[in-house]
Amino acid sequence: MNPLRRTFLKGSGAAGTLAVALAAGLLKPGQVLAAEWNKAAFEAHGIIDALKGIGGASAAESKDIAIKAPDIAENGAVVPVEVTSKIPGTEQIAIVVEKNDRPLIAVFNLLNGAEGFVSTRIKMSQTSSVKILVKAGGKMYTASKEVKVTIGGCGG
Amino acid sequence: MADPMKMRVTLAGDIANVKVLMNHDMETGLRKDAKTGQVIPAHFIQNVTATLNGKAVMEAQWGTAISKNPFLEFKIKGAKAGDKVTVDWLDNKGDKNHIEDTIK
Repeated sequence: MNPLRRTFLKGSGAAGTLAVALAAGLLKPGQVLAAEWNKAAFEAHGIIDALKGIGGASAAESKDIAIKAPDIAENGAVVPVEVTSKIPGTEQIAIVVEKNDRPLIAVFNLLNGAEGFVSTRIKMSQTSSVKILVKAGGKMYTASKEVKVTIGGCGG
Repeated sequence: MADPMKMRVTLAGDIANVKVLMNHDMETGLRKDAKTGQVIPAHFIQNVTATLNGKAVMEAQWGTAISKNPFLEFKIKGAKAGDKVTVDWLDNKGDKNHIEDTIK
């Protein structure tokens, strides 16, 4: 493995790895590494640690976060989730699936005109609450929706 | 070399709607090969970056639970015809992909 990536992957999360790589002389000044990857949060087991990893532990419930996802997902490998945040200044949207072994699914940082909207497809291991975390104006907000998952069959 | 991505950008007023379809196995690292019984190593997109006219508009971090052949849709306010949209991804093995388009 490229030593740059090894340092990168060893890094414990958001802020440190670029600094570590620079200090270790592995990054030439001006060379841009890809964006960071919050390993600790993505590999956290259980919703509490996953939320802690993204600073979402005490997010306030918000009615301004709309979650569009099926009530019943027939294929847990491909569950469409669409999030619209009406909270002004939405700068980050995170998707967390409570009952997944590793609940943090994705974090979307939005800047320079990106709207508080994201749509994607996720894997769910079982029926679970899909929790959305929104960061706006430095504060964290949350909403959730229960999605039932049937593995194969006709959704019965 | 990764398979090409597909992207469609539509403009409604000054809001660009961007839809992207990526080709990627998004292996969780938890599956076993049915024939060999060996665990298939994790191979998944970790970072996705989108720009409008060279300025970053979205920087996403993904885990293994984004579905295979990822679909992504997002919106950018303040866009107009002639603007350039790019989307890049980087996976945990260092593979990358890039797509760009000009808004019509």
